Amino acid sequence: MWRSCLLFGTVLWLAGALPCYGFVAYVSNEKGNTVSVIDTDKWAVIKTIKVGQRPRGIEFTRDGKFVLVAVGDDDTIQMIDTATQEVADTLPSGPDPELFVQDKAGKILYVANENDNTVTLIDLERRARMGDLQVGVEPEGMAISPDGKILINTSETTNMAHFIDTEMRQIVANVLVDSRPRFAEFKSDGSELWVSSEIGGTVSVIDPVKHVVTTKITFEIPGLRQEAIQPVGISIAADDKTAFVALGPANRVAVVDVAGHKVIKYLLVGQRVWHMAFTPDQKYLLVTNGISNDVSVIDVAALKVIKTIQVGELPWGITIAKQ
Amino acid sequence: MFETRTTPFLGRGQVPAGYLIRLLAGLLFVLNTSVTALAADPVEIGVGYLRRATVKPTLSLVEQPAADYGVAGARLAIDDNNTTGKFLNQHFTLHEMRLKETDDPAKAATQLADQNITFIVADLPAEALIKAADAIRDRGVVLFNVGATDDRLREQDCRANVIHVAPTRSMLADALAQYLVWKQWRRWLMVIGSHDEDRLFADALRRSAARFGAKIVQERVFEDTGGARRTDSGVTLIQRQMPVFTQQAPAYDVLVAADESEVFAPYLPYRTWDPRPVAGSAGLVPKSWDAAQDQWGAVQMQNRFLKLNSRHMTALDMQAWTAVRMIGEAVSRVNSADRKTVFDFLRGPDFSVAAFKGQRLTLRPWNLQLRQPILLADGRMVVSVSPQEGFLHQVSELDTLGVDQPETRCKLH
Repeated sequence: MWRSCLLFGTVLWLAGALPCYGFVAYVSNEKGNTVSVIDTDKWAVIKTIKVGQRPRGIEFTRDGKFVLVAVGDDDTIQMIDTATQEVADTLPSGPDPELFVQDKAGKILYVANENDNTVTLIDLERRARMGDLQVGVEPEGMAISPDGKILINTSETTNMAHFIDTEMRQIVANVLVDSRPRFAEFKSDGSELWVSSEIGGTVSVIDPVKHVVTTKITFEIPGLRQEAIQPVGISIAADDKTAFVALGPANRVAVVDVAGHKVIKYLLVGQRVWHMAFTPDQKYLLVTNGISNDVSVIDVAALKVIKTIQVGELPWGITIAKQ
Repeated sequence: MFETRTTPFLGRGQVPAGYLIRLLAGLLFVLNTSVTALAADPVEIGVGYLRRATVKPTLSLVEQPAADYGVAGARLAIDDNNTTGKFLNQHFTLHEMRLKETDDPAKAATQLADQNITFIVADLPAEALIKAADAIRDRGVVLFNVGATDDRLREQDCRANVIHVAPTRSMLADALAQYLVWKQWRRWLMVIGSHDEDRLFADALRRSAARFGAKIVQERVFEDTGGARRTDSGVTLIQRQMPVFTQQAPAYDVLVAADESEVFAPYLPYRTWDPRPVAGSAGLVPKSWDAAQDQWGAVQMQNRFLKLNSRHMTALDMQAWTAVRMIGEAVSRVNSADRKTVFDFLRGPDFSVAAFKGQRLTLRPWNLQLRQPILLADGRMVVSVSPQEGFLHQVSELDTLGVDQPETRCKLH
């Protein structure tokens, strides 16, 4: 990534502009079948990459060399070379891939195949399929514990978070959550797993050792009926102090105090806010707004929305620099 | 996994090869499945399915109902329940019974109850449904109505052991009326068929018009004079007949057709004397589900159904799917197959089911009717979903559809 930055910076310098210190965000546009590339210095789209059909899950590889994007209707995962910002290769993902997560070393990719009730394992080095696991109905959310030992998959219609031992590649526990779980996220210290329930309207906080739901975070917005509050994406800051939850058609991001598991503020963003990502310096949080076709930029320290960036059609996922 | 089908029409001693293959596959699957070792047998939950033997033929060739209309949705839901059940040591099976016109629904329901089945999904006409419900009432068996839209089943004829998953005629009519009023198409010409069910739908539409501020400028009755439903003279005659039938009407915005018997309504679009949209039993149709529904993750549902049943999913299929999923959801939440525990949970404040309509569906406590958004579809696309924006309610906006609690004549005992 620094190479493209340097190249870009050199080009800009030659053009008489400022040097580049910013990051690069990649946004998948589910309906537009494109990926929008955003420069966080200028807060603008600098490139639109044409990808396959129905791009959703999108993540940088651990080494930062590629951005993986799941193109569900093409039944594959495309690899965008971050140096050239072009699609370079594809991975065999199993049918209808949606979200995925890498192991700690960046060697194995775990992919949720929504139509098939399976999680497919892919060897990233050989770019080949290694095997699969049977999970619940409509798998979507994927997360890996900070120690890399446990893989989490959530199943939308089965309403469970499955705990999978990455070494044995077996399910070791299943935790029932509220209706239609979408996304799973661990705290950086691994002490809690948060799972959002879109239709249930809550975020379940799970003890990953005891495999029980210890508490549920609820949301209430004056003037808005409960049914419109549908939590989807979650991002917990690296210091485990503050978390952000996208509330879908409520058009707001909830700011949650992690210790107390309570909402401290609601930030109005665009329409149907879905997923989100921090800049690596944790200064900004970018969220995708599916229906207004834009990305909102939140200043984390000030807890304010500072900018809106127009992207492609139905922005879904977002990834900023390597994890 | 495999499901047992107890159909009275299958000859004794016949075990299809497919059954054996699936049994073997099932065993291999169980051996391969990566779950913690289960010393105990799974808790078995039997779900009954009572269905009509005859299916009404349609005027449209592309809408011809399949033989497994309705029960196909139940079968998919059993599969979905069993995928979840794998992790909870629960196993669901469907016990289907097909009732001829002459078969006694009470007897069929009792037969299922005798097999220790405590949840029965029923796709039966209103009278048959009441007979079945009353026959098994004292045995604690719960019936899920997925096929009858009669309001009286939720009002004066309501039963404490019947949960209604199918929407009512009043819910369907209200869903349509809200959209037409939102569209400012307030002047309706209503054409009613000559059968009882047509008149019931017309009653619901009249109520909706009064409720939401539409005006029925005129009513006309289309008499069913019998004869072949399709003739060799085909469209030539129909395109002359329909304009004549609809001419000289007072000024109107939309023709609302009440034709559940399907005698004339599909012939109306593009043939009315005045260029007007058609709604109701043809044209813009209110229904609980449509194969074109793609919002709120519905594509996943449509794909799964298509894969299992090799055809598109209809409203009746979805109603049956929802009923069986409600059972599965309740059983998984209380982690028990005990009928009282499950039924109490279904009727309690914590129960809800996700059914790909963008919000959780709950039961109206006064008559056990499932609250639900209603789709308005034109046969190719979903045009809108009711309740429409702006129609408010203090408890749930879904209660702007159908008969509300202050108006109910139902007293559950």
